Amino acid sequence: MSVTVIIAILVVAFLAGMDGILDEWEFQQPLVACTLIGWLLGDVTTGVLFGGSLQMITIGWMNIGAAVAPDTALAAVGAAIWVCGPAHLTVAEGLAIAIPLALIGQGLTVIVRRLVVKLVHYAERSVRQGNLNVITRVHLLSLTLQGLRVVIPTALILLVPTTLMQTFKAGLPHNVVMGLAVAGGLLAVVGYAIVVNMMATKWLWPFFILGVVLAAITALNMIALGLIGLALAIIYVQLQSQTRPPSGPDDEMDELDRELEDL
Amino acid sequence: MTSANNQMPKTLTRPDLFRLFWRSSFEQGSWNYERMQNLGFVYVMMPAIKRLYDTPEDQRAAVLRHLGFFNTMPYMQSTITGVVANMEVQRANGSQLDDQAINNVKVGMMGPLAGVGDPIWWGTFRPVLAAFAAGLAQGKASLIGPLLFFFGWNIARLTFRWQSQKVGYSLGVTITTKTGNLLPKLTQGASILGMFVMGAVIPRWTSIEMPTVIARVHAHDQLEQLTLQNVCDRILPGLVPVLLTLICLWLIRKRVNPIWLMLGILVLSIFGYSIGLLGVK
Repeated sequence: MSVTVIIAILVVAFLAGMDGILDEWEFQQPLVACTLIGWLLGDVTTGVLFGGSLQMITIGWMNIGAAVAPDTALAAVGAAIWVCGPAHLTVAEGLAIAIPLALIGQGLTVIVRRLVVKLVHYAERSVRQGNLNVITRVHLLSLTLQGLRVVIPTALILLVPTTLMQTFKAGLPHNVVMGLAVAGGLLAVVGYAIVVNMMATKWLWPFFILGVVLAAITALNMIALGLIGLALAIIYVQLQSQTRPPSGPDDEMDELDRELEDL
Repeated sequence: MTSANNQMPKTLTRPDLFRLFWRSSFEQGSWNYERMQNLGFVYVMMPAIKRLYDTPEDQRAAVLRHLGFFNTMPYMQSTITGVVANMEVQRANGSQLDDQAINNVKVGMMGPLAGVGDPIWWGTFRPVLAAFAAGLAQGKASLIGPLLFFFGWNIARLTFRWQSQKVGYSLGVTITTKTGNLLPKLTQGASILGMFVMGAVIPRWTSIEMPTVIARVHAHDQLEQLTLQNVCDRILPGLVPVLLTLICLWLIRKRVNPIWLMLGILVLSIFGYSIGLLGVK
């Protein structure tokens, strides 16, 4: 690995780390991060393939309110280095290793989020003393810390000798290797469960059932299924606003009022 | 306040509004466990504060009144920033809006907007787009998958941030009465779409194989083996993944950490393969 490639990988790690807190540009998502790492390591195909598989697992990981989800940034960058790089782990092995990395990343972002409390106090004191530029500086410093919390572990991952990873890989029993491949196809259900858990209220379950059943018709691709879902949503919302008595008459009154005013 | 009468009314220029918009994409950078997005909100507001208030004392007061607790779904912050910027313009021009009034609007909007933004952006749009793009990426390792995800997401996000900030800025506090009716409908529609798509994605994009042969049948003059997987598929395609999802859902509602569920699936997969119950297609 040349120095340029190493620096470029650390830049991707920095972007992913910053986006781990921002949740804006999506550099922390496996589809983006693994593709970039694969591209830098000269194997973009594996990067895309692994990114797609890891994305399916992390699909339900989201930061809501004050809750911190497992970290996709370190998981995606770290595991992609081992899958696309000279260690050549399989996609399934990469997925298995991504899970502990996600937990480490989660722990690190929690530490930074605590640390930033102190920085914000410092900023508030400085503002009271008349220094306003401190706001932008402290904000960007905190963001940099979030980037570094992925850059530093990534650098450590790059330091792990390839031979060590290959010895580790060769030492895995056959049943474990195949079991990991089985798990690769199944792990996504946890993510789906998280998403469903967030949305599900009693009246929504019929739509879930419709989705499951219609998915069995293989002639319908995902775009067609998405359009059916969209149509169902629009129909439901329209019917409901028509049948709900309190909003109906009010709207009519408003329209009458407006027409009277126009006259 | 006397100076406000003999000067041009203060306002935000288009570049100012663009600066607020640009900074919004970094709003959560200083997220912290105490007052969460408080510093981030001030960071976004800085260009407006510097434009609207001339004296260091007024600027400092504006910064300090926005350092209170703030947390919402990040993309919904643009609406709030627009509304708050509108109020700050009024205040800078001599209106009687006090700190409490501005803060009440901020705090009053953050909860309901997060309630709409979380299920739509995190709960529906991202899983749907990611699942769709990941399907493309897994199948033929097509670069279209990641590109679609990255550009699709960012175009939608940036358009929404710019438009909602604009609407918030032009409507001000009246936005709550004007859009109050629309938000529940939008959440409802998005939840329906999300649940439907999740229902469709689970059987399509989960792969499981149970190769245990449980019967041998004669069909078309040939001896056909009927595996456990065949039987499940005949009951309903995707039956096992859907059941697994429902079990995970039940455990998550029992407050089991999802990471334990994943480790559990890893262990079960290895065990299942060892005893021959689970296989690879």
